[in-house]
Amino acid sequence: MSFTSVVIDYGAGNLRSIERALAVAGLSPRVVSDPAAVGEPDLLVLPGQGHFGQVARAFRVSGFESAVRDHVAGGRRFLGICVGLQLLLDGSDEAPGEPGLGLLPGWVRRFPRGAAPVPQMGWNRLTKGTDFPLLTGVASGAYVYFANSYYADVDLEHRPAASATTEYAGVSFLSAFSLGNVHATQFHPEKSQTVGLRVLANLAAVTHGAAA
Amino acid sequence: MLARRIIPCLDVHAGRVTRGQQFGRAEFGELADVGDPVALAIAYNDQGADELVMYDITATSEGRGAILDVAARVAERCFMPLTVGGGVRALADMRALMLAGADKVSINSGAIADPELLTRAADQFGSQAVVLSIDVRARRPHSRASEPDAQADPTTAPRRAAGGWDVYAAGGRRATGLDMLAWAEQGEALGAGEIVLNSIDGDGMNTGYDLEALRALRAAVSVPVVASGGAGNAEDMRAALLTGVDAALAAGIFHRGEVSVAHVKRVCAAAGLPMREVAA
Repeated sequence: MSFTSVVIDYGAGNLRSIERALAVAGLSPRVVSDPAAVGEPDLLVLPGQGHFGQVARAFRVSGFESAVRDHVAGGRRFLGICVGLQLLLDGSDEAPGEPGLGLLPGWVRRFPRGAAPVPQMGWNRLTKGTDFPLLTGVASGAYVYFANSYYADVDLEHRPAASATTEYAGVSFLSAFSLGNVHATQFHPEKSQTVGLRVLANLAAVTHGAAA
Repeated sequence: MLARRIIPCLDVHAGRVTRGQQFGRAEFGELADVGDPVALAIAYNDQGADELVMYDITATSEGRGAILDVAARVAERCFMPLTVGGGVRALADMRALMLAGADKVSINSGAIADPELLTRAADQFGSQAVVLSIDVRARRPHSRASEPDAQADPTTAPRRAAGGWDVYAAGGRRATGLDMLAWAEQGEALGAGEIVLNSIDGDGMNTGYDLEALRALRAAVSVPVVASGGAGNAEDMRAALLTGVDAALAAGIFHRGEVSVAHVKRVCAAAGLPMREVAA
């Protein structure tokens, strides 16, 4: 049985790397810039780069928001990366007028000034939660690649059990989580060498399990 | 804690990696061919490099096609951050490089000619994708005694003690009249998300980075700072990182096989610097 994934192209950034990494993970990606062409893939991927407001607006204008909501409501797998994670929350200080999708209660905030260089640019450590299939085989403390000025601020009571946190600029932020069929990473698995490829392989495994 | 980064740099001319000294010029036959960029990129990926930087040092239309091809082939094989620069003067240049596989685009002379380019780039792609690359030479003071303020005010001592640094454009060919710290501060305010400081004096000379310039720049801006130009060994890279900058970039010592990325990381980690360990 073969599995398909669709990568959402909203007109910014490097999609070649995530497309290639998904292919290596066996997820047969297609890059789609027209929401009508999303279809019903096993996995829908939102690779976020750039500005929260720009991504959120592109969603609404292009019609990808309803495509994502329908996909998630249909119980199929979703992966949000970087701003694609942030967009799952209620909103962001980066563009307070643009609401997020509200799938996880929380707000996106800027790293405090003066504590460390911003953006966070480089390799930082994951601290794993207790049961997190996305990080199967990834050691707690493993390094993954980040490039972000804003982070997901989610209250402890709302943090999914399947999650990881990372410390930067004196903040402990939500760096990855799974909530039912919705998965998200603040880091870039497609840029995190073998650790990142393992995360995508794990996602392929849970997607496989769901479809089997 | 965020790891400090070790970054091999590939200067690409006509599809090959080259190496010179003090910004030597391809057209004068001053550059040595050191290898195939894709093969080198894969080797550095395997050594645990934290990022790769590639510069198109021809920046002609022919060179542009070559760098896009090289970037695409590297991105196909290496799942690591990739910064590409050289001759970027417009958003279209940046978009083409990012579609080819670059995560960050380095802008140098293009930003000096049109500083607002940094803002347009950050608005379009996010600050995390916009690297301001600055080429500098140390300004030689006539006499330090003529600058008594250097002792009086310790916060400005690094700037004064070294006489400051002048910014050059066009691959080091043209003085701009810009001061390094003023230009870096302006670049950050306009939208740059990282600054690479290239010492022209140190380029290819293996005499060590300009540590004074790095300290002064680190104190002046709040975005990540990358040291470039002068690495002669692992200890030079350690010295650069100990100034507080986020990353150290080197070319020749890696291309010639004098040191591996893994060795540099071990030397830095032994000094207490946070480095990403590399799987054996």
